Amino acid sequence: MSPLLSVRDLHVKFPITRAGDMPWTKPRYLHAVNGVSFDLEPGKTLGVVGESGCGKSTLARGLIQMVPATGQVNWRNETDLLSLSPRQMKPFRSEIQMVFQDPLASLNPRMTLGQIIAEPLKTHRPDVPAKERRARVAQMMERVGLLPQMINRYPHEFSGGQCQRIGIARALIVEPKLLICDEPVSALDVSIQAQVIELLKELQRDLGLAMIFIAHDLSVVKNISDEVMVLFLGRIMEKAPKAMLYDQPQHPYTQALLSAVPIPDPIAERAKQIVPMTGDMPSPMNPPSGCVFRGRCPRAQADCAEVVPQPDGDLHRVACIHPGPMRESELRQHEVS
Amino acid sequence: MSLLQINNLSVTFDGEDGPVHAVNDLSLSVDRGETLGIVGESGSGKSQTAFSIMGLLAPNGRTDGSVRFDGQEILGAKPKLLNKIRAERIAMIFQDPMTSLNPYMRIADQMTEVLTLHQGLSKRDALAESVRMLDAVKIPAAKERIRLFPHEFSGGMRQRVMIAMSLLCKPDLLIADEPTTALDVTVQAQIMDLLGDLQKDFGMATILITHDLGVVAGFCERVLVMYGGRVMEQGPAEPLFAESTHPYTRGLLAAVPRVDDEDATMKAIPGNPPNMAAPPEGCPFRPRCNYAGEDCRVMPPLAPFAEQRARACHRPIAEVTA
Repeated sequence: MSPLLSVRDLHVKFPITRAGDMPWTKPRYLHAVNGVSFDLEPGKTLGVVGESGCGKSTLARGLIQMVPATGQVNWRNETDLLSLSPRQMKPFRSEIQMVFQDPLASLNPRMTLGQIIAEPLKTHRPDVPAKERRARVAQMMERVGLLPQMINRYPHEFSGGQCQRIGIARALIVEPKLLICDEPVSALDVSIQAQVIELLKELQRDLGLAMIFIAHDLSVVKNISDEVMVLFLGRIMEKAPKAMLYDQPQHPYTQALLSAVPIPDPIAERAKQIVPMTGDMPSPMNPPSGCVFRGRCPRAQADCAEVVPQPDGDLHRVACIHPGPMRESELRQHEVS
Repeated sequence: MSLLQINNLSVTFDGEDGPVHAVNDLSLSVDRGETLGIVGESGSGKSQTAFSIMGLLAPNGRTDGSVRFDGQEILGAKPKLLNKIRAERIAMIFQDPMTSLNPYMRIADQMTEVLTLHQGLSKRDALAESVRMLDAVKIPAAKERIRLFPHEFSGGMRQRVMIAMSLLCKPDLLIADEPTTALDVTVQAQIMDLLGDLQKDFGMATILITHDLGVVAGFCERVLVMYGGRVMEQGPAEPLFAESTHPYTRGLLAAVPRVDDEDATMKAIPGNPPNMAAPPEGCPFRPRCNYAGEDCRVMPPLAPFAEQRARACHRPIAEVTA
């Protein structure tokens, strides 16, 4: 199947001027996304995971020109989205919609639920008559589990889970082909998280949506994704189909991340072994030479400082020059009480 | 005698639309050196319970019941007594370390202040002790770093500073309110490891308040599950997770995906958490419970049903034989 979205060598850089810099001083650059490539097929979900500051949200924003990016973002192998002007981009904005992390902050507090959901339709399909628009809003509300009598209420009257349903309805009203979800359940309670994930999966099945699902919670990503991509300091560390990545992670960073996830089972949690990670996140202004992860890697050797490993491989891509399963010597008993 | 004994604690806030009962009839006890986890979703009353122990409730909050610390009643006690207990015997760490540290003061000044004020140490001794404590929480180059301001630390390091500060007076009880919620998983694992080590070394009792069942599973000997301001179930961690009998505990466990599970399945609990200004009659979980019946309109008491275990439910899922 030909990919819906095909990203090649995407870079996002932010110029940083320091206090005291003169107007003619050359800015230094913060390289937030550094050479990311991937394909996404229609109807599939790509999970993007990594710690805060790894560039996962910036990646999503770069794809749709919410931040300036370079590289190629090919839509259906026809159009490079990054080469388009804002006006040319507009028809594609209804094809790609976004759901944000903070459900309340992403809704206009002065608009009613009905207005919020109808807004994208007004913008992108102005030819749809008002009567049909109302019908579509009502239909969409029912679809995401909102009651018809809620239509004239304001965002502050809803709980977090309900606000997220409104955000989803607003994104889906223009019938997009790709939905980018940026930490859609992180702000929600445990019992509500599952509701929203179930809703997203059901909508995806029914509407044939492709999704880019960004989250820091590796268990939620495992539940919803077909493929998973692990980012560190703007670079892909590992990318593979879900089962491969979770069962046989090859990159030491993926192994460290996975081993750190707490398991809600006292026996399993206390028996597990973790890959200890030393140090803090390196500064993106001044990344280490060679592999960006080497400063925290239990497997780092001298050659890691020399080459920048590329995420090679076909199905299972690993950016590491010493890949392989976890080694006994790297593990440590998880010592909690 | 247990270190902390709470009997029939209720916390009520006077809101504009009438009283809000944040915590109802809560009883618990913590022994010396014990680790207790309080699990619940937002609005379950877990943080308000901690605040009322520490006398930190908002001005419109009222408490009822009894909180005895080492035999002494501290609920509604005079500020002088509370200050003494808060300084020397009970310490608390909060979710967001940046908002609990003073941004205008160097770490050194914030830490030594605790010791000079409460323990009468000289400035120099206090500084040495503070550096020693930063070493204990594994902050590299503590001697130099103690001169820094809070914003010069990363989130994980800040939380380490908070932990070090809370341990300065060697408390008997540490209350940790969502200590790792704002942190990345890898940092979370480090901080929980550290808390576990310190807990063993210092032998203090710890109450860990969190919504993360995984963190509780790794850290706590005993667990209390709260919902809608009430205790739903309590017991030792292992049987509580392995054979939970309360529909809410069961539902919560099913809603959390496990990373070691093949599909990481998550099963939603239908409905929304209760509005605490107008809570449902009887059991707060009744509107969302698959097992609920007419008898659930009366709040079931928290009754023991197996060794060290208790639950508040008329219709538990499966009877466990003690």
